[in-house]
Amino acid sequence: MLQLKNIYKSFGEGRQRTEVLNNINLNIQEGEFVAIVGYSGSGKTTLVKLLAGLQQADKGEVLYKGQAIKGPGHERGMVFQNYSLLPWLSVAQNIDLGVAQVFPKWSKAQREAHVMRYISMVNLSHAAHKAPAELSGGMRQRVAVARALSMEPEVLLMDEPLSALDALTRGNLQQEILKIWNENRRTALLITNDVDEGILMADRIIPLNPGPSATLGPAFAIDIERPRDKTQLNHIPEYKRLRNDVITYLLDTGADAKRQKELEVNRELPDVKPVMPRSGFSLALR
Amino acid sequence: MKARTIQLLQFTGMFWAIPFVRLFSGEEILVQLRQIWTSIGLPVMAIAGFLLTWHLVAQRVNTSLGRLPGPMEVTQQAQVLWQEHLTERAKANDFYARQDARIAKIKAANPNAKPRRVAFTGKPTYLDQILTSLKTVFVGFIFASILALPIGIICGANKNIMTALNPIIQVLKPVSPLAWLPIVTMVVSAVYTTNNGLVPKSFIISAVTVAMCSLWATLINTAVGVASVNKDYLNVAQVLQLSARQRTFKVILPATLPMIFTGLRITLGVGWMVLIAAEMMAQNPGLGKFIWDEFQNGSSTSIARIMVAVLTIGMIGYALDRLMAALQQKVSFA
Repeated sequence: MLQLKNIYKSFGEGRQRTEVLNNINLNIQEGEFVAIVGYSGSGKTTLVKLLAGLQQADKGEVLYKGQAIKGPGHERGMVFQNYSLLPWLSVAQNIDLGVAQVFPKWSKAQREAHVMRYISMVNLSHAAHKAPAELSGGMRQRVAVARALSMEPEVLLMDEPLSALDALTRGNLQQEILKIWNENRRTALLITNDVDEGILMADRIIPLNPGPSATLGPAFAIDIERPRDKTQLNHIPEYKRLRNDVITYLLDTGADAKRQKELEVNRELPDVKPVMPRSGFSLALR
Repeated sequence: MKARTIQLLQFTGMFWAIPFVRLFSGEEILVQLRQIWTSIGLPVMAIAGFLLTWHLVAQRVNTSLGRLPGPMEVTQQAQVLWQEHLTERAKANDFYARQDARIAKIKAANPNAKPRRVAFTGKPTYLDQILTSLKTVFVGFIFASILALPIGIICGANKNIMTALNPIIQVLKPVSPLAWLPIVTMVVSAVYTTNNGLVPKSFIISAVTVAMCSLWATLINTAVGVASVNKDYLNVAQVLQLSARQRTFKVILPATLPMIFTGLRITLGVGWMVLIAAEMMAQNPGLGKFIWDEFQNGSSTSIARIMVAVLTIGMIGYALDRLMAALQQKVSFA
């Protein structure tokens, strides 16, 4: 369904040039939930922006159902890392902005019903007419999720949607997103810096080696039955094994990258935003 | 009720009045009294000190028009100006009453007569002049906005246009109103030839000069605001695939409004400052002309009257700034 073929992407020119992605190959099947996990600054956001059509690759092909992706499209919904709600619009208006684009022929009442349905899907009916500034981080991200889903995309791209939230809110939202995803099992790509989150949610977890010149590591298939319960995961040996494997892999490649970095002086960091406020990938035991 | 009042006071920037509201609603008295002391007591002390210094220093300065007036003389002249306004209004009322009586008499004698009505032609009072000045600056402000907003948006949206226009903007920006005025006068005189008395030429000249000097703040702020719209919002616009028009009106402009209003606020401030000079030269019957006339008049009370005007200008400028600040707050999003 979604395909990345030999993707190269760099920013800047001449000496400032930084290779961000180096020969990335990825194939996401229809209905599959893929998580990509990696250190902050490793090029995860760039990767998802290529898929969303917000950026173009220097070399290689980005394909959607075999067709090259030239720009953003309604069939690929996107949830941004920092919510990106328009602060001068209410929750409902924010969502309606997208709905009106996808369903231009609908009447106002039809659109409103549609918008309210998605707002209630993320349990925000009481806040439909509030401004984003009046909402907590978790609520804002729910709005962002509702906005992406309300456009009924075939693929849902999520760029660290939960990384700015506290652990509890994060856990709740993970379950909610999973629940909504379970209803129609759309294709989904989750970018995250949290291995646990990746294993909990995805069918396949793929580490992105630390940048610059990030490459994808080996895919780890997650054969844990759905629906998965966060509280029960810790008792499943498969979960423990996977978690250990992925973390060991990331730590090893991280150490390698660090050694390599020490050899190169004054290397410019790629132009990707750091994850706020919890940066680095999380090893916190919960 | 209390929360409402406090909100209103905050919105209008009258923070000093908030402790009073709290005091009268029976919140902790000592805290409120201390608040009142810091927010009102200190400024009042400073003002008293300023008046005292002014009073003492003014006594020692002798001008060709007598001793420099102190606060007392200025207060007195303010009252005189108010009285003059009242008498002038009374005269006008008398005039119209007499005219009405005369017309009634003519009509009684001959119902078909069409007697001419004449407007009172007394000299403008101080309050009339303030009003003229406000009108002028308002019209100038509108001119400036009409010019600056579209150009600013275009400049902000297109980097090449910005680069192209930047030198022109930078060169024209620091030009004084006194330099613009002769040019504006000549141009307006050449273009605005249908002087039907509806809008006096001097009014247009002053307003255009105000616009020429004040539009730059709005232009630059709008351009910078549009150019620096949060990248996230633009990404959203792209992902939602908004059309160019929707992107402009639903994303870019709302995102830029706070910056635009900051620009408009500066524009109005600069416009008010420039207006006085423009009115002096253009002889627009506002506060500038009042000052100029008093200066030419050279009576023993002239300097005191000019000082009244100075204080008036300051206070109106402050009020206009507060007004714009409140509007700015209104359009700002958290």
